[in-house]
Amino acid sequence: MKIAIPVNEQSMDSEVCPSFGRTPYFLLYNSVTKESSYLNNEAAASQGGAGIRAAQAIADQGVKSLITPRCGEHAVEVLNKAEGLIYRAVPGTARENIEVHLKNQLSLLEEFHAGFHGHAAK
Amino acid sequence: MKKLLLLSGKGGTGKTTVACALIRLSQAQAYADCDIDAPNLHLTMTPAAPPAREAYYGMGKARIDPERCIRCGRCRSECRFEAVRLSGGDYHVDPFACEGCGVCLAVCPAGAVAIEPDVAGELMLYADERAVFSTAQLKMGGGTSGKLVTEVKRRLNRAAGADTPLAVLDGSPGIGCPVIASLSGVSMALIVAEPSVSGVSDLGRIVKTAGQLHTPLCVCVNKADTNPAITKQIERFCEEREIPFLGTIPFDPEAVRAVNGGLTIADVDCPSGRAVRAIYEQVVRLLGLQAGSES
Amino acid sequence: MPGFTGMRQNSATVAVLSGKGGTGKTLVSVNLAAAAEKAAYVDCDVEEPNGHLFFQPEIRNEEVVSLKIPVIDESRCTGRRACVDFCRFNALAFIKGKPFVFPSVCHSCGGCALVCPSGAIRETGKPVGVVRRGISGGVTVHTGALNPGEASGVPLIRRLLRQSEQEPLPLRIIDCPPGSACAVMESIQDADYCLIVTEPTIYGAHNLAMVHELVTLFQKPYGVVLNKCSDGDNRSEEYCLKHGVPVIGRIAFSPQLGMLASEGKIAARESAEYAGLFRDLLNTVIGEVRNEETSASQR
Repeated sequence: MKIAIPVNEQSMDSEVCPSFGRTPYFLLYNSVTKESSYLNNEAAASQGGAGIRAAQAIADQGVKSLITPRCGEHAVEVLNKAEGLIYRAVPGTARENIEVHLKNQLSLLEEFHAGFHGHAAK
Repeated sequence: MKKLLLLSGKGGTGKTTVACALIRLSQAQAYADCDIDAPNLHLTMTPAAPPAREAYYGMGKARIDPERCIRCGRCRSECRFEAVRLSGGDYHVDPFACEGCGVCLAVCPAGAVAIEPDVAGELMLYADERAVFSTAQLKMGGGTSGKLVTEVKRRLNRAAGADTPLAVLDGSPGIGCPVIASLSGVSMALIVAEPSVSGVSDLGRIVKTAGQLHTPLCVCVNKADTNPAITKQIERFCEEREIPFLGTIPFDPEAVRAVNGGLTIADVDCPSGRAVRAIYEQVVRLLGLQAGSES
Repeated sequence: MPGFTGMRQNSATVAVLSGKGGTGKTLVSVNLAAAAEKAAYVDCDVEEPNGHLFFQPEIRNEEVVSLKIPVIDESRCTGRRACVDFCRFNALAFIKGKPFVFPSVCHSCGGCALVCPSGAIRETGKPVGVVRRGISGGVTVHTGALNPGEASGVPLIRRLLRQSEQEPLPLRIIDCPPGSACAVMESIQDADYCLIVTEPTIYGAHNLAMVHELVTLFQKPYGVVLNKCSDGDNRSEEYCLKHGVPVIGRIAFSPQLGMLASEGKIAARESAEYAGLFRDLLNTVIGEVRNEETSASQR
């Protein structure tokens, strides 16, 4: 099963990035094969709709679980349609979060923020 | 780090004047100017050393290559923003009107259009042992200002020390993109209102906008004695909506003198300074902070 | 767009702007329109419109302004993703074989409909605000109000300018938004003359400098009104002297004027003294506009 985590550096020991839409990279981890790869997040440079674009990018990779500290309402919509689940990251590195997740100890992210660039929740 | 944002709805109510005083009173180690269209904070919080500067790129802008253009005019007829102009038989793009959407590029049969990077503003970060101050200036005519505000805040968050208790953000007037961007992730917004018919109307609109983003709010009235009846009206408005009303600041000619002298109203013993001090005490309480050492 | 547009037949457009909020833009524009007696007043500050509070116009027309937003016809979509790939605003996504739209992120450029190879995109309207036209004595009042949560007032401003252009009135006063960003540029597009209102503080002077740059860039004739003048340093006046900016009027700081404004009253209609002051200012402005027209026709 493919897991994505926004990370500041291309390393399993990187801290989880506080932003989803504007993270520099996504760690893509396959829990079956234990393989990891990194995706450059092109959405980071976007003027607006960064969350949408980032969500599209990881959905296109077949990601079914996203682990992130926060996520915008538009990105959630994209991921929900792609039948992905979003988990709340715990403080720590990407590696630590994956370990906790594989023990089924991460909770689902419940609160989603409104868009930041003129796109308020109504 | 708690983040306090100063807003007003209406311009000219005294947002920046109050922000400067609060920065001084709290000895805030982190502050930012989110009014990137008309930043003023740096005029009072005059940093000693030059800032780290960074160009801010907005949406790209279209440019037509006159050598390749076949003058079919499709770009002009398809542009929704009236950004393609025709003069002297030549088509050219007005960069102020262009939104960088790429429609002209898509419809041009001659490959004469390119979307090019455009510097839409400049970010500045001042840092010394006492504080970090993040600000920016949007280039004239700029759109996409929300992202620039987000950048200002992001730089502040990154530069502020891990144990900085409070950041003060000076916001912008209005209810549009830069205001919405400045509101995100903020612990509380203090609205500086003005006792006038316009001020009340604008207060209503900014409260609505901030409410959509679920930001905790509080209100104070500046130049309150210029219209005590409307000041009372604002107080009632806040009560009805359970918005904490932190108090009033009197109209004070000494405030203008202080500001023109490069000082905050908290630096001078004057009626407006004393009033802001009382408001500051309440802000501290609402945010759950320890008071900064009084100067 | 830059350059002197010239007085239309028997009609002048004067834009009142300031750079900084709260300097008295609305005070000046409302009172100039009232002093002219027959004029159009156009409130382009669609985020925080205030002019209508003073005029209390009798509303004659009201119109919702909408932006065109794409709608996907799934039966025609062939899944090529041209729309998603095209959109620079990231307003479209493609999941499980279907595209879908995020209206709040869409900038309404129409590009996705153009690039779709299957003709699967048509457009529908998303309301962004309202424009109203009303009457207050001899003044026709045009107001726009942006819906809270919407990012940009530019489409509303455009509609207001088109709407007010039709008025067969000798004068059109445009009350501009504060700042110098895209909304302000849109507002001064058709101006024959720009009247800059400023106040004495360093903040006022700093923002005056920005707006000065803007009107110069747009090659608009301009002049400054110094508002809230009193004894003491006037940083804006110093700026004007230093940079050769014409000061064409002065309004003294006055608690009486402040009180009238805070009550939403039009000073030129309430007091003979202020009627005189604003009529004089109006005549000066019209004189400036006429001078410009004369010299433009001689160039």
